Amino acid sequence: MDPMIEVHGLHKRFGSVEVLKGIDLDVAPGQVVCVIGPSGSGKSTLLRCINHLERPDAGYVRVGGRFVGYRRVHDRLHEANERELCKARASIGMVFQRFNLFQNMTVLDNVTLAPRLARKLGVAHAERKALALLGLVGLAGKKDRYPNRLSGGEQQRVAIARALAMEPSVMLFDEATSALDPELVGEVLDVMRTLARDGMTMVVVTHEIGFAREVADEVVFMDRGVVAERGPPAQVLQSPRAARTREFLGRLL
Amino acid sequence: MPEDTQGALRADLAPVKLARPGRRVAAVAVALVAAGFVYTVFANPNFQWGVVSRYLFNKDILAGVRLTIELTVSAMAIGVSLGLITALMRLSDNPLLSGAAAVYTIAFRGTPALVQLIFWYNLAALFPRITIGIPFFGPEWFSVNANAIITPTVAANLGLGLCEGAYMAEIVRAGIMSVDPGQREAGVALGLTRAQTMWRVILPQALRVIVPPTGNQIIGMLKLSSLASVISVTELLSAAGLIYTRTFETIPLLIVASLWYIALTGVLSLGQRVIERRLGRSVAETGTPGRGWARWRAGSAETAGAADTAGPD
Repeated sequence: MDPMIEVHGLHKRFGSVEVLKGIDLDVAPGQVVCVIGPSGSGKSTLLRCINHLERPDAGYVRVGGRFVGYRRVHDRLHEANERELCKARASIGMVFQRFNLFQNMTVLDNVTLAPRLARKLGVAHAERKALALLGLVGLAGKKDRYPNRLSGGEQQRVAIARALAMEPSVMLFDEATSALDPELVGEVLDVMRTLARDGMTMVVVTHEIGFAREVADEVVFMDRGVVAERGPPAQVLQSPRAARTREFLGRLL
Repeated sequence: MPEDTQGALRADLAPVKLARPGRRVAAVAVALVAAGFVYTVFANPNFQWGVVSRYLFNKDILAGVRLTIELTVSAMAIGVSLGLITALMRLSDNPLLSGAAAVYTIAFRGTPALVQLIFWYNLAALFPRITIGIPFFGPEWFSVNANAIITPTVAANLGLGLCEGAYMAEIVRAGIMSVDPGQREAGVALGLTRAQTMWRVILPQALRVIVPPTGNQIIGMLKLSSLASVISVTELLSAAGLIYTRTFETIPLLIVASLWYIALTGVLSLGQRVIERRLGRSVAETGTPGRGWARWRAGSAETAGAADTAGPD
């Protein structure tokens, strides 16, 4: 089966620091990949390259067989124009560590904005869909709230609904629970678990080893810009082969 | 000094206030000066309050008031539009665009508004003919005599508007930069274009930072427009000037102009206060959904939001 996400030879440097040193990663449709690793290992940068929030210096990403941020002309990659990039991004949902809900809009408007502008849905249609999604994350009753009146966990669940409203074929989670108070982590992980069970293709950068163990089909351990180890969660998390993985997991426990 | 711990304490009475003699002396001094000032203003016949009241609603003065308001509105409109464009250019990745915006800001913020006004008024000395077209290669769309189109009013609008644009550019830029970069990332990650993200997400939030100083700028512009009197635009100050050069009632006519300026800035300050209160309310602790800034923009969300908060969570 063709991979849903194909990351090939990805390099990225910020100034003199090489953050990604050649990453290859395939994610099959419906698969959940959890990316773990120490901070500064390049996990978030990898995720941000997948939807082209960061432009890679070399290598490419394809989602659903389509290049993200590029277009192939003969044997060269050409930078995509804004329309093509937006189209590619519309099918890649992203959930941020800091939620990044639009502060100037109600919960409902947060969820309907992109479908209305980028997918050209009518207001009624978009709102019907948004309410269904808000129901899914358990927040239909808060549709008229403003983000700053919600708890962190509620904001993150709205952010997930907002991303799902674009009917993405993959979802990226960038440390989605790291900014939450401990008692609010569970409600967000529950929503993510439901998504995974329903067959969403997901790449999850996380520190929640328990979640990775339970939900991931594959765990990728990154360290200093390379994939140090990968495999099924039982293998990587229980009996890691690489010394660096053992050291990292040892420090977590 | 040991405190008296003996006997009953009347803690139910309000504590006796601390005497502040210095403050009292200062208050008396200020009251005296103020009383003296008021007395002088009304007792000194040179103020000629009769003349003031005769000219306060004079036809020429009212025409001047009107022109001052028009000039303020149009120069601010030019300034805000230019400021927005310049701020967006300044934040562009293209070095030529951001460089051009920076140069504009430096040039027009760095020279006195009075100099700019006189400069535009004398544009014909520099360019006898004004030609619109593409420089060097392109076709000329049209070409006119500079003296014909640069009337005093046009020069005043150009001078004040271009000058204002440079200040507004900095205000808008500060507003845009005050918005969390995560907002832009969330917008484009959803597949919105950069322009859509700017108009629907960033700028509405930047307004909170942009509006209060813009209110100040409008009040400033109202008074700055008096500079147009030097290039024979008969706004409020020139209207008063035209009368007092004829009648030599200089002081009373300056008072007439000042009273109008104070009245106009008063109205503007009031409007500014109302807008700022509405902006502030959306971030207040007690802010509820549909209130404040958002209600001011949307209006309709209000009732639903209020009902939502009233209910138990």
